[in-house]
Amino acid sequence: MNALERPARLTGSVDMTHGGGGRAMADLIRDLFQRHLSNAFLDQGNDAALLPAETGRLVVSTDGHVISPLFFPGGDIGSLSVHGTLNDVAMAGAKPLYLTAGFILEEGFPLADLERIVISMATAAREAGVPIVTGDTKVVEKGKGDGVFITTTGVGTVPDGVEISAKRVKPGQAVLISGSIGDHGVAILSKRENLEFETEIRSDSAALHTLVAAMVEAVPGIAMLRDPTRGGLSATLNEIAHAAQIGMKLDEAAIPLKPDVHAACELLGLDPLNVANEGKLICICEAGDAEKLLAVMRAHPKGADAAIIGHVVEDDACLIQMETGFGGARVVDWLAGEQLPRIC
Amino acid sequence: MKYVDEFRARDLAEKLARQIAHEARPDQDYHFMEFCGGHTHAIFRYGVQDLMPDNVEFVHGPGCPVCVLPVRRLDDAVELAEKFGVILCTYGDMMRVPGTKQRSLIRAKADGADVRMIYSTQDALKIARENPDREVVFFAIGFETTTPPTAVAILQAEAEGLKNFSVFCNHVLTPAAIAHLLDSDDFAPDGPARIDGFLGPSHVSTVIGSKPYEGAAEKYDKPVVIAGFEPLDVMQSVLMLIRQVNEGRHEVENEYTRVVTREGNKKAQALVDKVLEVRDDFEWRGLGTVAFSALKIRDAYAFFDAEKRFDVSEKRSRETKSCECPAILRGVKKPTECKLFGTVCTPDNPMGSCMVSSEGACAAYWTYGRFRDGNKTGAKRPEAAE
Repeated sequence: MNALERPARLTGSVDMTHGGGGRAMADLIRDLFQRHLSNAFLDQGNDAALLPAETGRLVVSTDGHVISPLFFPGGDIGSLSVHGTLNDVAMAGAKPLYLTAGFILEEGFPLADLERIVISMATAAREAGVPIVTGDTKVVEKGKGDGVFITTTGVGTVPDGVEISAKRVKPGQAVLISGSIGDHGVAILSKRENLEFETEIRSDSAALHTLVAAMVEAVPGIAMLRDPTRGGLSATLNEIAHAAQIGMKLDEAAIPLKPDVHAACELLGLDPLNVANEGKLICICEAGDAEKLLAVMRAHPKGADAAIIGHVVEDDACLIQMETGFGGARVVDWLAGEQLPRIC
Repeated sequence: MKYVDEFRARDLAEKLARQIAHEARPDQDYHFMEFCGGHTHAIFRYGVQDLMPDNVEFVHGPGCPVCVLPVRRLDDAVELAEKFGVILCTYGDMMRVPGTKQRSLIRAKADGADVRMIYSTQDALKIARENPDREVVFFAIGFETTTPPTAVAILQAEAEGLKNFSVFCNHVLTPAAIAHLLDSDDFAPDGPARIDGFLGPSHVSTVIGSKPYEGAAEKYDKPVVIAGFEPLDVMQSVLMLIRQVNEGRHEVENEYTRVVTREGNKKAQALVDKVLEVRDDFEWRGLGTVAFSALKIRDAYAFFDAEKRFDVSEKRSRETKSCECPAILRGVKKPTECKLFGTVCTPDNPMGSCMVSSEGACAAYWTYGRFRDGNKTGAKRPEAAE
């Protein structure tokens, strides 16, 4: 038995030796990361993963995850860090191929929790069919991190003929969403220590690349895809409107919203339009393609509640306007800062 | 969503809109002040104004607790957090309001002060229990709706012997403000806003009842209709106000009967009365000094009074120059009449309190209504519903 084959030390917690480059670090990598995330590329064991060259156009995207709490109904920081980056890659209309993962661990973080997170990442990556091919681990002193931060990077290829870009968003096009809004943000808020609800609202955290693949296959001319994460639907639509120098008109009654999420938002004084999602996408396409695309989305498990929620209009002021369910009109603005609950 | 959707039903809204258009006399204008920021928010969020005839106008009132807190009291809170090193517990809206020299609690927090956003007084008590070696101050603001929880928190702290908990009390009273708005002598040179009737507070009235408005309605000949916060409540209340104006009545009527009674919540009133008492006067942003318009902690509970526990300094507090929050809070000016609106003052960079709180008139105009007349963005009003 050589020195590297010593038993795992997955009890206890992260200490500074786990980032020191010595045997403790090698043990952690082997017994935890490699054990759960194993694949042919990662198992090469080199500093850099050697990957086969791809033809066509590559996309790459990176995303840091610092969520609190680390574990929440419907997911955890591990699955989220896989889904979040897969989705960013997919929003280019791309097929994700590989992921990388960088961990910043805080001294004192329980190794059992870390293992739970790594298993969750492994499961999410396996379900998505996208391997984590290389990674990095650093340890910071207690008080200088919040348990664990994970940065993931994704690489993918874009099929020929697909050109997803805000520049292609034009007046007259249709705006679609793949499902109900606000689930993730409300699930997180409800788990934070000072808010408790009786019913459990689950995060919608999910990988959307197979949904995107079905969509671009049916309608390669899709103009725009974007996942409405932080800042919710309103921030995403405002970003697109400003990038494309257009406005939009939405129909509030058409925007899917679960009753329990609606109720939680009412209670907290939050506007669900501003609440984060982690398993939804916005799609903008030619009006003539909208019904076809809607049918494709609804046929996919991640798009069962998809809806056409509005259309693109000319507007120099780049406003998102909405006909309210009540019959009036309002602007859908993005938030100034963090959405804060109202007082009374 | 059950018990909510019913009050946002489009078909009923259209029916009420037709009734309002039918009963509003074409030869008359109606200016109704919605006192509460909650109503302002509902009017803009649901587009209620679009369902009103042109001669029915909403005048936005001062009922936004964050908006009416004078700069000096906010500066005091910042000082409590910075100089005295307390854990300052505050409702979220208060965090971003700029004080003197644009100093806000969120800036103080970024610079190292321990400011914590809470959702209820119970959170503040919990923080006090968990930090026995730190002073914990609850920054109490709000109208009568939020006073009972403050009273309960003080009683709880006393019962538990929580020695490190105190309250910086800034609770204000609605009926005194309504009367003050109608006193024509007070607001030279602008004078008071033209107000033909009030949409009365809903949540406030669940606590104090509808009775406290009867004096002002009688004295100033103005109808008051206690209105719920849902958009159909607002529309129904407008119809009731139009009827009162048309018939020359000036009564306190109650549209929000599913919650509000004439007498209010006696138990809550008793709790408030046990712990808090009326101040001789209090400064309001926009309204100036208003007699008998706020609450302070009774001497029997002085131990929990942050104003007595900490010796906050006299300050020369200053409003942002050119900010029209004061005139907007009195309903004399509209947000779009402020030079700063939409130029230097936006929700991203608020110059005054009315742009911070979602209940503030400026924030409501900017966030939901900036396509409307008088906007500075050049955008057009949306086409009518197809």
